[in-house]
Amino acid sequence: MTSFDYVLALADDALVSAQRMGWWISRAPELEEDLALANIGLDQLGQARSLLSYAGVVEGAGRSEDDLAYLRDDRDFRNVWLVERPQTDFGVAMARLLILSAYQGELYAALARGTDPTLAAIAAKAVKEVAYHRDHARLWTLRLGDGTDESHARMQAALEGEWPHVEELFAPVEGAVVDPSTLRAATLARIESVVHEATLSVPDVAPAIGGGRRGLHTEHLGHLLADMQHLHRSHPGATW
Amino acid sequence: MSTAWPLWEVFVRSRRGLSHTHVGSLHAPDAELALRNARDVYTRRQEGVSLWVVPSSEIVASDPGERDAFFDPADDKVYRHPTFYDVPEGVEHL
Repeated sequence: MTSFDYVLALADDALVSAQRMGWWISRAPELEEDLALANIGLDQLGQARSLLSYAGVVEGAGRSEDDLAYLRDDRDFRNVWLVERPQTDFGVAMARLLILSAYQGELYAALARGTDPTLAAIAAKAVKEVAYHRDHARLWTLRLGDGTDESHARMQAALEGEWPHVEELFAPVEGAVVDPSTLRAATLARIESVVHEATLSVPDVAPAIGGGRRGLHTEHLGHLLADMQHLHRSHPGATW
Repeated sequence: MSTAWPLWEVFVRSRRGLSHTHVGSLHAPDAELALRNARDVYTRRQEGVSLWVVPSSEIVASDPGERDAFFDPADDKVYRHPTFYDVPEGVEHL
């Protein structure tokens, strides 16, 4: 049986990442990149909406996607640490997208073949979107990694900063339709081939503690949620 | 730094069977990213099924100052339009 926690984990990864991606609008190096990152964030938001709606159905308590997005506190979020930390450096944003999209690509492909028909339908649509995210992250990783000394050093530093948060993606989740640990080899192979192609090296760092799947988060998630939720909480039911 | 990105012209084919049409321009560091940027900037509302990007510097344009010499001579050549000619009644397969 698909669990509420499992669908929430998938939904919250997408939702929190979308919110971080939105930060880049008006701040990317060029208008064209503004639009690209906004498109990627909106793809993730669309995935989050479908997944949150389905999480509400699985839970069976009558909660809507908005209830779940706007009226939960950080301890009730199930996203990984990878997506919740600030990403105000373009290299960091690309390193993180490289990791997240590689993982989501494998995840959605497996879900599309999986036993839960609703998740399979959501995943089948998301697979194409994530393929583009993966492509975008790859192209920028190649250009920054194999660019100038400065861009190479910053891209390597970005990878070193994100790498401790890779393992948490494969942590077990009760009621998982696709056992996260089965995605590990293919995800890492995908990321590492791009890292090598970009003349960068795969970091050798200890994994962070993690704990997002159990509702344990960094201090950053609370700030992100304050930003994301304050309008809805201040004006319940507001629409435009 | 950002001003160093060259300009590219974007052409979109809106449907199969139609030709690519110029829709605008954008900045990108190279051809591969120009194509990606074109996808994001010009086809995010289902505007197209195919994209071309061309470096703006590669486009050879007619000189606005020579417009009269280039285009005016065509003004009084109405016989170049097929509608100038009357088709005699009874002609088949035309």
